[in-house]
Amino acid sequence: MTQPAITINAVHKKFGALHALKGIDLTIEQGEFFALLGPNGAGKSTVINLLAGLIKPSAGHLSVLGHDVNADYQQARRLLGVVPQELVFDPFFNVREMLRFQAGYFGRGRENDAWVDEILEGLGLTDKAYTNMRRLSGGMKRRALIAQALAHKPPVIVLDEPTAGVDVELRQMLWGFIKQLNSEGHTIILTTHYLEEAETLCKRIAMMKQGEIVALDTTANLLRQFAGKNLTLQLASTQLPASLIPMVKTSGGSTVTFAIAEPREIEWVLSELRVANISVEDIQLKEADLEEVFLSLVGTAPVHSNSQVAA
Amino acid sequence: MIHMNANWRGTYTLFKKEVLRFWRVAFQTIASPVLTALLYLLIFSHVLAGHVKVYDDVAYTAFLIPGLIMMSLLQNAFANSSSSLIQSKVMGNIVFILLTPLTPVQFYVALLGAAVLRGLFVGLAIYFVAIWFVSLPIVHLGWIFTFALLGSALLGTFGIIAGIWADKFDQMAAFQNFVIMPLTFLSGVFYSIHSLPVFWQGVSHFNPFFYMIDGFRYGFFGKGDVSPWFSLSVVCGFLFVLACLCLKMLKSGYKLRT
Repeated sequence: MTQPAITINAVHKKFGALHALKGIDLTIEQGEFFALLGPNGAGKSTVINLLAGLIKPSAGHLSVLGHDVNADYQQARRLLGVVPQELVFDPFFNVREMLRFQAGYFGRGRENDAWVDEILEGLGLTDKAYTNMRRLSGGMKRRALIAQALAHKPPVIVLDEPTAGVDVELRQMLWGFIKQLNSEGHTIILTTHYLEEAETLCKRIAMMKQGEIVALDTTANLLRQFAGKNLTLQLASTQLPASLIPMVKTSGGSTVTFAIAEPREIEWVLSELRVANISVEDIQLKEADLEEVFLSLVGTAPVHSNSQVAA
Repeated sequence: MIHMNANWRGTYTLFKKEVLRFWRVAFQTIASPVLTALLYLLIFSHVLAGHVKVYDDVAYTAFLIPGLIMMSLLQNAFANSSSSLIQSKVMGNIVFILLTPLTPVQFYVALLGAAVLRGLFVGLAIYFVAIWFVSLPIVHLGWIFTFALLGSALLGTFGIIAGIWADKFDQMAAFQNFVIMPLTFLSGVFYSIHSLPVFWQGVSHFNPFFYMIDGFRYGFFGKGDVSPWFSLSVVCGFLFVLACLCLKMLKSGYKLRT
């Protein structure tokens, strides 16, 4: 039987009086592209820091490919690559030296150089390989940070908000490379504030709120269950029949968007408008997105910011 | 066996990184302390030669050199491990080490190795520059090497402890200025403790730095304030206690893994 990439069993974490994680259970299978979502302070980074062994759980167990992150930490850490959220770097060395050191800490030597070249190319860092870390721009530092997490070729890769404050070009390059790693069998676990990224990339999602997992399902199921569809109509009148008011999601002048849970509700909305003698001038039906799932489950809008607050 | 090799390579990599860290700024980490020591030598030997007689057949300038070598060696071994750790902590790049499978012992050995190497580099550099100006005998090379190694290991360990404990640069500076500097200056670098009043002689015996410097100096002149064997046992005892404390801190994750 193959081991799950990540197993988290009844994990609690307390920071003094703050109960940051309240009994988290989560299993992530090998080869998954998984997203951990939630507002600031939900506990996402705490989960990642526990997996990485940067903090210790107050109760419960976590393992990477069957190796407990505390009892068998050496093996667990060899199998895990973590991209930290903060943009940190060592100012004494250039990019290639840093990658060689990072691989070396995991017991890898010169035989790893071909892989380092592959990472440098995949992340567009080849030209900067001999540039001191201090001289890199913010975007380049972010790439180097990701490269460092990959230097020892870990089968399980955790990216804690890797695209916070990153431009579109880099995001596309980064996701292209990460998708390639995933297709080669690496398990990818991602936290992000950019929900469209999670929706596009991840097959499965866990949503966290105040130290608990409030939803855990495939992206498709979450969208189906919690978001439904959006029916946007351009109407001849701004006066809606009272029966339709509860279904209105947004309205701006004569343009009204209705939340549709089931397809038959479309027919009902149109018939109500017909009865009220309001003609429809334009019609648009769209799938709801993950942001709406997020709003319905977590209750707050995701923050599209370069926040560095550790959850 | 694979794990053994992997572990050794990880330790060696961290050691190499720590050595390169100080070597890249050798002007600051090696040349500066050598210049400082030579200035001490110049000033003190000029002012005090002829006024202070420590041992009958040893000129004061010659007496001073082993003390200055040891003082610089100790201070630089401490500075290496402590500054590396506090910088990594403040800048946040210590996370790259914390994410690795390195064990507390491997972490300790790698940081200690680099601290010892920097201490020995500085000590050797001062020695080679000083012997241009002053004739300095070597009676027991073994004692010289033993105390240089143990002294730098003790202060390198002390530096790791201070680096883990301190959260800010000013806490580290306080540690250096209020603990390390007084202990080195009051350890007999510039004088024999026999020239002190009885009370201060007694106090000096509680200073571990005194034994490192006295044992080291014994290697040059074949005489000291106490037996080198006694100094050796005191230094070994302190090193053992500090190494145990340091490893305990690393194993518990004190201030590094909460």
